[in-house]
Amino acid sequence: MSAFVVTAVILGLAALGYHLGRGRARGLVSNGSGTARLHSLPGYHGGYVALWCALPAFGLLALWLALEPAALRYQTLSTLGDQVDGLAPERVELLYNDIRNLAAGTATSRAPDAGLKAAADSHARLEALLPWALLVVASLLAVAGLLYGRRRLTPAFRARNAVERSLRWILIASSTIAVLTTIGIVLSLLFEALRFFDKVPLAEFLFGLEWSPQTALRADQVGSSGSFGAVPIFAGTALISLIAMLVAVPVGLFSAIYLAEYAKRRVRDVVKPVLEILAGIPTVVYGFFAALTVAPQVRGFGEAVGLDVSSESALVAGVVMGIMIIPFVSSLSDDVITAVPRSLREGSYGLGATQSETIRQVVLPAALPGIVGSILLAVSRAIGETMIVVMAAGLAANLTANPFQAVTTVTVQIVTLLIGDQEFDSPKTLAAFALGLVLFAITLVLNIVALVIVRKYREEYD
Amino acid sequence: MSLPDDTTPPEAANMIVARDVDVHYDDKQALFGVSLDVVGGNVTALIGPSGCGKSTFLRCLNRMNDVIEGCRVSGRIEIEGEDIYDRSLDVVQLRARVGMVFQKPNPFPKSIYDNIAYGPRIHGLAASRGELDEIVERSLVRAGLWDEAKDRLRQPGTSLSGGQQQRLCIARAIAVDPQVVLMDEPCSALDPIATARIEELIDELRQNYTILIVTHSMQQAARVSQRTAFFHLGYLVEVGTTEQIFTNPHDSRTQDYITGRFG
Amino acid sequence: MTETTAPSRPAPRAKRSGRLARRYAAERRFRAYGIAAIALSITFLLLLFGSILNQAWSALQQTRIGLDIHFDAALLDPDGTRDPAILAKADYGALVKKAWRERFPEVRKRRDKRALRRLLSVGAPYELAAMASADPGLIGTTQRVWLTASDDVDMWLKGKLAEGGGKRAKIGAKALGWLTMLRDEGRLERQFNSAFFTAGDSREPELAGVWGAVAGSFFTLVVCLGLAFPFGVMTAVYLQEFAPRNRWTDLIEVNTNNLAAVPSIVFGLLGLAVLLNFAGLPRSAPLVGGIVLALMTLPTIIIAGRAALQAVPPSIREAALGVGASEMQVVLHHVLPLAMPGILTGTILGAARALGETAPLLMIGMVAFIVDIPADFTDPATALPVQIYLWADAPERAFAERTAAAILVLLGFLVCMNLAAVMLRRAFEQRW
Repeated sequence: MSAFVVTAVILGLAALGYHLGRGRARGLVSNGSGTARLHSLPGYHGGYVALWCALPAFGLLALWLALEPAALRYQTLSTLGDQVDGLAPERVELLYNDIRNLAAGTATSRAPDAGLKAAADSHARLEALLPWALLVVASLLAVAGLLYGRRRLTPAFRARNAVERSLRWILIASSTIAVLTTIGIVLSLLFEALRFFDKVPLAEFLFGLEWSPQTALRADQVGSSGSFGAVPIFAGTALISLIAMLVAVPVGLFSAIYLAEYAKRRVRDVVKPVLEILAGIPTVVYGFFAALTVAPQVRGFGEAVGLDVSSESALVAGVVMGIMIIPFVSSLSDDVITAVPRSLREGSYGLGATQSETIRQVVLPAALPGIVGSILLAVSRAIGETMIVVMAAGLAANLTANPFQAVTTVTVQIVTLLIGDQEFDSPKTLAAFALGLVLFAITLVLNIVALVIVRKYREEYD
Repeated sequence: MSLPDDTTPPEAANMIVARDVDVHYDDKQALFGVSLDVVGGNVTALIGPSGCGKSTFLRCLNRMNDVIEGCRVSGRIEIEGEDIYDRSLDVVQLRARVGMVFQKPNPFPKSIYDNIAYGPRIHGLAASRGELDEIVERSLVRAGLWDEAKDRLRQPGTSLSGGQQQRLCIARAIAVDPQVVLMDEPCSALDPIATARIEELIDELRQNYTILIVTHSMQQAARVSQRTAFFHLGYLVEVGTTEQIFTNPHDSRTQDYITGRFG
Repeated sequence: MTETTAPSRPAPRAKRSGRLARRYAAERRFRAYGIAAIALSITFLLLLFGSILNQAWSALQQTRIGLDIHFDAALLDPDGTRDPAILAKADYGALVKKAWRERFPEVRKRRDKRALRRLLSVGAPYELAAMASADPGLIGTTQRVWLTASDDVDMWLKGKLAEGGGKRAKIGAKALGWLTMLRDEGRLERQFNSAFFTAGDSREPELAGVWGAVAGSFFTLVVCLGLAFPFGVMTAVYLQEFAPRNRWTDLIEVNTNNLAAVPSIVFGLLGLAVLLNFAGLPRSAPLVGGIVLALMTLPTIIIAGRAALQAVPPSIREAALGVGASEMQVVLHHVLPLAMPGILTGTILGAARALGETAPLLMIGMVAFIVDIPADFTDPATALPVQIYLWADAPERAFAERTAAAILVLLGFLVCMNLAAVMLRRAFEQRW
């Protein structure tokens, strides 16, 4: 990759710039009358030159990489002349793809004519030329920056302040990445979801009772011929999350209470990390456990007692997911329970209440907002969990509340809709983004509500 | 660095000149129009009850208040005739000229040597390894720590006792050769014996540095300082020679404080 | 709690003791619930590990069949050149056939012969080729060679194949007879399964290994840490040490906390939409997987970094400022080095999470069937957890034990990383 080479060259030049700048700063004082004193250490002068050398060049590199594909495409298509005019955008896309394949020497979808060959030749020439052009231009810019930075060095020059200012801007820039990620998530989900809602009405998606996206794959059934009613998916997600919470909340909460109120320090120091192992196990391992160990057992047990248990039942996925979530509930609840001030407990003991009475009637009510917050976080975790349900829950979108039947979830559908499918315009793939948007929105709301509740609670006892 | 004497305005014969210094923390005013002249080559003690603004004033002198969010300083403070709140002044160089020793000893978690060498290194005061060694030794000698520390320069500064740590911090402050050393209750975390050592040290350092010390202990102020300033509720009540303040205060509040009626 | 009045003293006391007994019973019950909950969690954990270990251990061994192979010079190298190119192209399948014929001359029918050959893996001729290329001196000699058996034979010997008759049986009655004979002759052995640790993926369970997935995970993790660590630390430093408290920094903070809780699959969707479809980066590449995981790990590192920076006492900052260090020097010379162990601990834990992450990698196509071991950041690759997912889905019985073994490999890496984090924390724990 040429970008790597260019990066290496720029970094090399920057290192040279550092060396030259530092040397020049030392020269400035030793040649002078001796009274001249540097404002900043020589190293900062070097750093200043290196920054002038590297930053503009890296800026150019980024800009170049962003614009290169578009420029290449424009230049190549313009060699075809009026052949492109009036073609539908998809056809142009296909044509351009062919030119690129031809240039790369791989198979094309049509027999190449002379014009196409010429275009492919020019494309190949340009593609070979551009990395070299980039290297030359970037190096020139780096050298120019180096010379400019070096010229500005004087004994009184505040190189340290200049370098620190740049560093601070670099820090600020990097702190925006997290925000840009969120914006990227929202925009990409929203953009693709809107394209989906162009083809499938929003009301049908939100309130429709039938989900069978596969039919849309058939060539003669373009558009909204598949049914995209997401209610069964939402219901399935809710069912599995509910089962998971039925396992995780009692077990997690009672573990937390025991560890926070009853357990001796040594027991606590051992049990807490052991419980946290459950949170550290990759979810794909839980998926394997659910699908290959628990599911056959449950199915066999169901057969033995005469129940019809699907091999991909909601029960198995939910229970295993619940196990995974236990530590989330327990460690968050543990924190809020220990945050309840001692004075409250002592007030209750002073009245002659037993420990469990104190916990039930004083500690838990006081900790309730925090516990609710932690449960909400756990719910959001359950809804967003993917691998367990992909491996252990079903694909069929059944609208049922029977935990022994197979149901499907939002995350399962996203995975099945997108795996192995290259076509990016069909409602089938776009539906995955609509589901992703719903998932993102729900988990975001749950997280924000939970964080607000927990924070309010913390403030109360701080 | 210092200006030629003939251009020095008469008022600035004093090392530090503060005029009408107000300090606000957000909405709360902590100092009200403090004007104080500090004579060079002296120890000036700042005394007063807790929360009277003496530490706040001390921190104005090397602009340590800059790092506290919501803190605003107005008025004029000059050191050797140079306005230290001037926009063009480099605060980092100011702090090299005005060193500081803090309430609790706060050595860096590095070796004794590196603790002292840090300042000279960032200010580029030593051209060679040998010069740096010299600076470290000189600073430790001046801080009266050389005999105890010379064989353990590579050990962490935190391995010293509390009193030694504080002397290490003093050595660290004087290693960059400041003109002024600010001490914010330097003995408050120390036992009486260690305190006596620091007080002796302060008296010796007076020959080379202008020292301002904030202290809670009036005996300490009387023992180490030549001049004393009394602060109360954010106002500078009275300033004069230590002898005058302790024997013949002009203000009744000063009188009440030094006789122990409040504070 | 209990109201007593002087005249009727005895009765309430009796009542009270009954009541007290009930209260203490409730107390004991409540306590028992707590113990039961913890016991249940630990049982789950043991069950999980137990079932995986139980399935995984047998994957460490692979059944091999010892055949007397005659490395026939006339067949392999008729001109006697010992040219590696010729040796590589020779028909080693014929050697295997001949060896079978010599061992079981009574098998004549074509169908039976095919069944006989199916006892060995399809990879067996390649094993012979590798042997001959490595040591041309073998040519012309006859050797007892241990060749990899097929997965069905492997499962049969490990007792994991239900020995049902009928047409649907994996191993027919005749084949069972041959196998029993071979076993009695000592030609059937379980040997260490080295292919599992050195090979890439394969359709044949007996040839499949995790090395390709490990390499893919390695490249992905390098990209992930290479991006997430510097940017995470820089962000944490800015937010904790320099940023003014205003709306913008509040926004960054809230946003970081929320990003840490966004489902991982959403990051996969982001990668698919932006990195693959918009920026045109290659599918299935560790580069893309690493970028996606980096975005996912970034909030973890930022949060851990800020906590570590916050734990550095302000007295250190004051001391450095007091000798005239600039704010940037205070951070770079003092605060950041002191916070580094904490930051590294958080980073390792974040990396461990990224290593076990599967869902986002499915979205960006790292789920393909890839036989070759990736050698570069842009080679198509898969990752260890994805490999587990793929094998768990495979119908062959023999893949189940390999999936469990791959899980053990993954858990082994995770345990090492977590141990490293714990040790780091212990070694640099500082009390202020």
